[in-house]
Amino acid sequence: MATTRDYEPNVVLSNQDYNVVGTRPLRPDGADKVTGRALYGADFAAAGLLSGSVLRSPHAHARIKSIDTSKAEALDGVRAVVTSADFPQGGEGPVVWQRDNVLASDKALYRGHAIAAVAAASPHIAEEAVSLIDVDYEVLTPVTDVQSSMKGDAPILHDSLMTDELGEKADKASNVASHFQHVKGDVKAGFKEADVVIEREFTTKTVHQGYIEPQAATALWNNDGRLHIWCSTQGSFAARDACAKILDIPVSQIRVVPLEIGGGFGGKIDVYLEPVAALLSKKTGTPVKLVMSRADVLQGTGPTPGSYAKIKIGAKKDGTITAAHAYLAMEAGAYPGSPVGAGAMCVLAPYDLENALVDGYDVVVNKPKTAAYRAPGAPNAAFAGEQVIDEVAKAIGMDPIDFRMKNAAKEGTRQVHGPTFPRVGYEEVLEAMKSHPHYNAPLDGPNQGRGVAVGFWFNIGFDSACNIAVNADGTVTLQEGSTDIGGTRASIAMQAAEVLTLPYEKVHPTVVDTDTIGFTAVTGGSRTTFATGWAAYEAAQDVRTKMIDRAAQIWEVDADTVELEDAVFKSKSDPELSMTFAELAGQLGRSGGGITGTAAVSPSGVGGAFAGNIVDVEVDPETGKTEILRFTVVQDAGKAIHPSYVEGQMQGGAVQGIGWALNEEYYMSDSGTMDNVSLLDYRMPTSLDLPMIDTVIVEVANPGHPYGVRGVGEAPIIPPTPAIANAIENAIGTRLFALPMNPAAVAKAVMDK
Amino acid sequence: MKWIDYATPHSVREAVDVLSEAGGRARVMAGGTDLLVALRAGVYDIDLVVDGKNIPELNEITYDPTNGLTLGAAVPCYKIYGNQAVATAYPGLIDAASLIGGTQIQGRASLGGNLCNATPSADSIPPMIALNGTANIAGPNGNRQVAIEDFCTGVRQNALGSDEILVSLHLPAPVANSGANYIRFIPRNEMDIAVAGAGVSVVLDNGDIKEARVSLASVAPTPLFVQEAGDAIAGKPANDETVRIASGIARDAARPITDMRGTIEFRQHLCEVLTRRALNTAIERAKENN
Amino acid sequence: MPGKTYVQTNINGEHVDFLCEPRQSLLECLRDVIGLTGTKEGCNDGNCGACTVEMDGRIVTSCLVLGVEAEGKEITTIEGIADGSTLHPIQQSFLENAALQCGICTPGFIVASKSLLDQNPDPTEHEIRFWLANNLCRCTGYDKIIRAVQDAAVKMQEA
Repeated sequence: MATTRDYEPNVVLSNQDYNVVGTRPLRPDGADKVTGRALYGADFAAAGLLSGSVLRSPHAHARIKSIDTSKAEALDGVRAVVTSADFPQGGEGPVVWQRDNVLASDKALYRGHAIAAVAAASPHIAEEAVSLIDVDYEVLTPVTDVQSSMKGDAPILHDSLMTDELGEKADKASNVASHFQHVKGDVKAGFKEADVVIEREFTTKTVHQGYIEPQAATALWNNDGRLHIWCSTQGSFAARDACAKILDIPVSQIRVVPLEIGGGFGGKIDVYLEPVAALLSKKTGTPVKLVMSRADVLQGTGPTPGSYAKIKIGAKKDGTITAAHAYLAMEAGAYPGSPVGAGAMCVLAPYDLENALVDGYDVVVNKPKTAAYRAPGAPNAAFAGEQVIDEVAKAIGMDPIDFRMKNAAKEGTRQVHGPTFPRVGYEEVLEAMKSHPHYNAPLDGPNQGRGVAVGFWFNIGFDSACNIAVNADGTVTLQEGSTDIGGTRASIAMQAAEVLTLPYEKVHPTVVDTDTIGFTAVTGGSRTTFATGWAAYEAAQDVRTKMIDRAAQIWEVDADTVELEDAVFKSKSDPELSMTFAELAGQLGRSGGGITGTAAVSPSGVGGAFAGNIVDVEVDPETGKTEILRFTVVQDAGKAIHPSYVEGQMQGGAVQGIGWALNEEYYMSDSGTMDNVSLLDYRMPTSLDLPMIDTVIVEVANPGHPYGVRGVGEAPIIPPTPAIANAIENAIGTRLFALPMNPAAVAKAVMDK
Repeated sequence: MKWIDYATPHSVREAVDVLSEAGGRARVMAGGTDLLVALRAGVYDIDLVVDGKNIPELNEITYDPTNGLTLGAAVPCYKIYGNQAVATAYPGLIDAASLIGGTQIQGRASLGGNLCNATPSADSIPPMIALNGTANIAGPNGNRQVAIEDFCTGVRQNALGSDEILVSLHLPAPVANSGANYIRFIPRNEMDIAVAGAGVSVVLDNGDIKEARVSLASVAPTPLFVQEAGDAIAGKPANDETVRIASGIARDAARPITDMRGTIEFRQHLCEVLTRRALNTAIERAKENN
Repeated sequence: MPGKTYVQTNINGEHVDFLCEPRQSLLECLRDVIGLTGTKEGCNDGNCGACTVEMDGRIVTSCLVLGVEAEGKEITTIEGIADGSTLHPIQQSFLENAALQCGICTPGFIVASKSLLDQNPDPTEHEIRFWLANNLCRCTGYDKIIRAVQDAAVKMQEA
């Protein structure tokens, strides 16, 4: 685990410098977070606060015949019990699924499915009360993996679910919610042209985001009819709108106050506890707090799916890929909506293909409804696709990076699902990988191997808002609606500071509630620094314009002649006229009033991100245990606003990928329940399982953003599983086609060789 | 967690009285790192937790080269490997004591608790079996000793009567030319439960195995003492062939199940690998210990 | 139902007394009874380290300690690490090295890291990784945490 190397472990390949953008200041919420002062979801307190607990189904698939809450209600200290019957009824399709996922109505569709909830004087009393609720279940046969669920004789989860088969509705109930296709060229003809064709099948298991903070929500349904929610969420507006839908009340009746969030990775977008806490508060007239246990988190919140993939790729001896077919089937969990659509957009994205076909299947199973997890769907697809790419490269005798370079997607490449790439940095990523000291260092020992793989994530834009107000001392306050999971207060404030030519420390950002800022979409999709950063840029431009106008008014000159540079306003026509930002700020009250800037944006110029990994492993051939010896992440960030937090995303995503590759899985019993419901047996990597994670930030500016930002959160989790699989193959001479590649699986592969 | 009461006896006598009065609805707590988790999971239906950490005998470590080691049942792991004399005399025990849980757990967890918890995967039990350990138990009728290999009677079941308390563990003094080792296999490098584990001890005599003991973790309802593995190699030269014989017997003696931590086949395979590796280390240690 | 237990203890250098049920963990007592919410719950079974506090000079996961066991003990929580308005070098180093993203694991890591450097002022990378293996972080991949501890060790030795 040597880390002292003769090269720089964290490199930024930058081509444009700014004053604030690209520097590494301290985060504004840092002091609160290193002293324990920051308030997270479960830390919220209020007078008269009651504690809640949720009853969860012990069965993976069961009809709920009746629920008797009388014994629970009679327990001393219990204030209210709610079930699905307390929700407004009616509706169909997604809104019913969403409501039923929060509290099951007629059927429990997974072990851990919420059935009822209690509010009581203490968490222990609430927990005791929950155990007194009698539910009469008719236990049904569960189906918990995608391949079994697609079979004709599989137990059916939803009698009303008919397959959407390439746009046509079937007439018989099925667990396959939809089948779609993306087609480009003629794959049949393409495979005929190939000298080498390789087709392989792959499976992956369900894995969880594994945020360290369990979900927590407090609700107060106030006497004036307004509902206040304090919670740990990736999107306060998303939580508001979901609660409005489930509770059938106008969005304006709900105020969501986002508390600090202890990790999300996509898993804290959907609501679970909020509507239930709201019902309990409505019944009791007091605030009610619900906090999940770790077992609740693993069994009752959305993981990312288990999946099946079949990949076929053909290439000529010169390295040209002639055709590719990706068949992807992903588990949606209990209700339709797996990330197979995103997986289908990403699986072949790194390649400029003439002939390609992608088939996608969205399949329900008796597991928790899947939620987003960092580039949802893409890692499952890349585990399959990037291994076949590796095998084809080997078969034609090409270096795997050269093979990718020869077929690399670039500006103008039409993707299989339609859109054409704008300027992207994939070739630059491959070049940085090829020339990295890691790729050129020798391996030193038997049972060691090296692998590479790449991944693409499209990133998203969506709505963001920002308010900025100038203080009399020359600082500005900035309000935004994006909850800060990994340093975005800093990366957003930095963009405002850049526009206003202020030092970063002069901008004070605050994440505010849904009554205080315009609609802002979730912190997800790698969008926050891109889109909310853009809103901050626009709001700062608004302030800048107004400040220039004010200086011009005071000086009685034309505003066109005033410029702002290094926090000083100057007149181009009269060098005597000069005033610092702070001096002007101090005069605002006397010269016409304060200045605020505001912006609401929905930027369309999203830039996709490519990432690549180089990984060295050592396998113990007797125990099958794989050690990660060295790991390098290369990624096009467009522009790294705060390089330390960009590196953090790359390193954190890589390590989640390492966990997914080697050990993480939902270990399902025959009765369809998850056995390993603790962080002891759901094995996320510890510090002792890892080397330092080296990074190279490639900056190929996104032309669709003022500072070139692409978004960085998701792409890093895509390449690790295939890169590690390719490295293991290189070490032991045989390939693994299923995740996790845990010791038992690797030992078996060695023995079966 | 349902309501519990809490007692802090200050003597073994007092503890036995409290336990007797509780009529089987109590459990003794040392570090609590297993017990509190089990109580929250509803594994035990009890009314009373009896904290053993205020009883002097449960907190003592005494060692001398003649009488061996007496280790209070509640002594936390870090104090065991922090004791230089013990660390030098019993490296095979230290192997286990230093890998139970992470740093925080080591501040609380005890080998007495590990033994009473009586899970098949308990890391400290195989080395204590290999080292010929005994458990000193106090009850209303006085004290009694039970060999470690007889202490666990089933998954989470042990030889203690409901009115008895484990006071201490005893290991005989190490003899010349002896060596021991415990290794386990876990998928991560820390914070895991053994998929399988092997605790072994050997005594050498002029390059031959004079005596050997082999014990396995996580491959039977209780930690498994594989007496036949040690017996089969007594008198044989301490070489690869001999080690292979013992590790093959260990593999065949294992009776594992398939669960979330490993399959039957993988665990049987690991028993061979781990016993072989542990014996090789124990032999090396024995050669240095003359 | 029997009554609560009266506990006298010392937290962050100050005498504290409180009433708790014997079934309440030290973690619950710190957060819900005493109001020190800087100590976090991530798993409630000793596997994540978010609730790490120091008790009588040794770090423990406070979810695996009963509140009643705090009687007569000396406990340090994250709220007691800074020296008044001056951050501890480890806290400063976590900020400067961007060693936190969401920050929920940070209190546990800082308490555990301080305990390491108190005992071993110049640990190797392996020793740091070993000591901190009971603390899970899901955001950072640990790289910047390890660097922050290394950096703090250097600064504390220079001081």
